[in-house]
Amino acid sequence: MNKAGERLWNGLVKENPTLVLMLGMCPTLAVTTSAMNGLGMGLTTTAVLALSNVIISLLRKMIPDKIRIPAFIVIIASFVTIMQLLLQAYLPSLYRSLGIYIPLIVVNCIILGRAEAYAYKNPVIPSFFDGLGMGLGFSVALTCIGAIRELLGGGEIFGISVAPSWYVPISIFKLAPGAFFVLAALTAIQNKVKRAGEKRGKDVSKIQSGCSSDCLNCSESGCAKRLIEIDTTEMEKEEK
Amino acid sequence: MEGLMKVSSNPHVRSKLSTGKIMLAVIIALLPTTVFGIWNFGAHALILVLVTVASSVLTELLYELGMKKKVTIQDFSAVVTGLLLALNLPPQAPWWIGVIGGVFAILIVKMLFGGLGQNFMNPALAARCFLLISFPAIMTNFECDAYTGATPLAELKMGESVNIFDMVIGKTGGTIGETSMIAIVFGACILLLMGIIDLRIPGTYILTFIIFIGLFGGHGFDADFISAHLAGGGLMLGAFFMATDYVTRPITKIGQVIYGAFLGILTGIFRVFGAGAEGVSYAIIIANLLVPLIEKVTYPRAFGRGGERI
Repeated sequence: MNKAGERLWNGLVKENPTLVLMLGMCPTLAVTTSAMNGLGMGLTTTAVLALSNVIISLLRKMIPDKIRIPAFIVIIASFVTIMQLLLQAYLPSLYRSLGIYIPLIVVNCIILGRAEAYAYKNPVIPSFFDGLGMGLGFSVALTCIGAIRELLGGGEIFGISVAPSWYVPISIFKLAPGAFFVLAALTAIQNKVKRAGEKRGKDVSKIQSGCSSDCLNCSESGCAKRLIEIDTTEMEKEEK
Repeated sequence: MEGLMKVSSNPHVRSKLSTGKIMLAVIIALLPTTVFGIWNFGAHALILVLVTVASSVLTELLYELGMKKKVTIQDFSAVVTGLLLALNLPPQAPWWIGVIGGVFAILIVKMLFGGLGQNFMNPALAARCFLLISFPAIMTNFECDAYTGATPLAELKMGESVNIFDMVIGKTGGTIGETSMIAIVFGACILLLMGIIDLRIPGTYILTFIIFIGLFGGHGFDADFISAHLAGGGLMLGAFFMATDYVTRPITKIGQVIYGAFLGILTGIFRVFGAGAEGVSYAIIIANLLVPLIEKVTYPRAFGRGGERI
């Protein structure tokens, strides 16, 4: 159970997919015009992420290495379709406001990234909590961005008017540039908090999943090495 | 050899001009149009100018104190940014518009990218566009005590006739600093005579714009129509004071010509085919973004490199 808690903490804070890993930028910027949209998008992605992680982890010994990406995509797309139909049936208003971005969850790089970096190499239970943690981290970040944009751009939070009557909404925050401003500000705050924690001696090392080392400060292990290995083995085969 | 020769590293020829002196010259050159704007639009314009300049300078000071950086407000660049922004605001805009604009220009566009010399687009214009998108109703309301109704450019766009003499003098509606062509050109002459700017960017900008309007404006090379377009809106202010900003213009001479031509075409496109009547500020910040590419293309070849091998 300790492992599960560690995975949740990892996804929510240490490797928050939006504010630390900078993954899934397209939905982050596009659907966060309100806190409700951000929360809806985040929870939908969480469901897809946790379930696809479970299935991929179960099938990890059966999926051949060479076609793993198409296999992941098929699994992810199935869950996205299920979620899309469920949303259409039970939450039609959210379904309408998210629009094309629900089917686009298939190509959300957080999901493919977790499948590749974690679920493909780890047992089922940790994979489930990894997906859940990452999804919740994504949800929290999207809801925060959505709430700030809604507050500045319309004087509301979750559709409830909170601004005093003299407040003039800064409508740029409802548009795409506003999403970039809020995302940049939140990322800067996150980095500042992290640095303050580092000074107090907390463990804030980034990106430790997949392999055991820190990807940001390493050129050898992890993804880069893996790609080089594949390249060299293929080249050797071709030479033969 | 008696004694040591004087040894120093380059550069050996130095200009007496400093950033502070250049900025001060720009402020002096902007004074005619500022004074005219305040005289034309009344005391509220004066308050707006003061608030915008003060908030720009204060933002720079507080940021540098808060981040424990060297304080650079004595080089007057924040004053120039604030003044240019104020000249781009409608005369009846509420005072907090100036504060938000000043903070955005200095904090987001200038200081976060590293301060003067590092900003990738003109801070004053970026702030104006930010305000224009954020508060469209306030930023396009040019009604004030002296003038009601649309700006000359908007009237021109609707096919109405305009009084070109009034536009040249500046007795029309518009932002605080853009209305008087005479005051702007007078200020620009000061900068030209002092050698702070040259005609390469404004000249190609205006020339390209004239050609574009002549070809696509729908009135051919009609002198009245073209001079109304030249005197109206922010073209003169933009061409002489904002397109020539040292930080956001290309360094190379050919690059500056390309940049000016590009500005003219963009402004023409926005004015003729765009939804709004004006497009100078968008044209300049878009061209600012292209400056690195323009410089890359026109980068001079180092001596001894390239060319034919013999």
